[in-house]
Amino acid sequence: MHETDQQATLASPWAGGVSPFAMGSKKLGMWLFIISDALTFSVLLISYSYLRFANPDWPLPFPFSPAILFSTMMTVVLLASSLTMVMAVSAANRGERGKAVSWILATMLGGALFVGLHLTEWLHLIEEGVRPFSNPWGSPLFGAAFFGITGLHMTHVAIGVIYLGIISFGFGRGKFSSEDVEVSGLYWHFVDLVWMFVFPLIYLMSVKY
Amino acid sequence: MGTHAHTIESHPDTPARTFVWVWIWLVAITGFEVFLAYKHLPPNIMLTILLGLSVIKAGLIMSWFMHLKFERFSLVLLLVPALVFCICMILIFFFPDSSRLLNLRPH
Repeated sequence: MHETDQQATLASPWAGGVSPFAMGSKKLGMWLFIISDALTFSVLLISYSYLRFANPDWPLPFPFSPAILFSTMMTVVLLASSLTMVMAVSAANRGERGKAVSWILATMLGGALFVGLHLTEWLHLIEEGVRPFSNPWGSPLFGAAFFGITGLHMTHVAIGVIYLGIISFGFGRGKFSSEDVEVSGLYWHFVDLVWMFVFPLIYLMSVKY
Repeated sequence: MGTHAHTIESHPDTPARTFVWVWIWLVAITGFEVFLAYKHLPPNIMLTILLGLSVIKAGLIMSWFMHLKFERFSLVLLLVPALVFCICMILIFFFPDSSRLLNLRPH
């Protein structure tokens, strides 16, 4: 290829010479994964909303204390962990490895606290007799919908804590770059974002007055 | 690879104070949602308001925490319309069958 042709190809945004979105392939890959995962949760939440409105005997099992209090605390904890993750990404971009690792550890602590609170909340419901296909109050599908959606979200949080652990270890030892921290941050914020839909739909729409 | 690396743009360093403000807004909207849950509104109105507030919260998280605000607009055009289109398709395929099932239910 002639040198001027080659330069023209490299300058064109879609010819493979440059990154059209001005970002690395890892970050673009994570964004695409997030969109596909968002669709998984969308389907589950749309199906849940249908069940919620189609069943006149849908249980309303969440009293202010402990359920709503716990789930609100979980929301605040998850939001706080997103804030610490943003700080980790900023520190990583500035090249402050020690600070970035500390912020990631704080984020992991928030995630672990969220899972702990959520499991306690699950145990409350299990003690009250909720099972995947039966419960003492009404529509038997409540348990499947509740445990299915919140369980999938909790799995995402638990995987996120492990992922962040690996990233903080590698970043601290200089094996990973600040881009890797930012990509893990995208995943973490996405987990937070999903909860912003799960919390009102599952908990606030089924408040026991 | 060298040429490729030059095309990756770094984001401006946003002050921590800005992120803390976004977080305060997110917590405040959550508080308002909990307050609304005890207002005895009809379920469909409650669902609409809560979903609207959740979309605002999702927008804040995506723009500020996920830095979408600082990315090229072409990325937003790649991601958001695709997501909205797929959700519309889910709704279009889901609701005729689901409403038929509702009508089949013995009254």
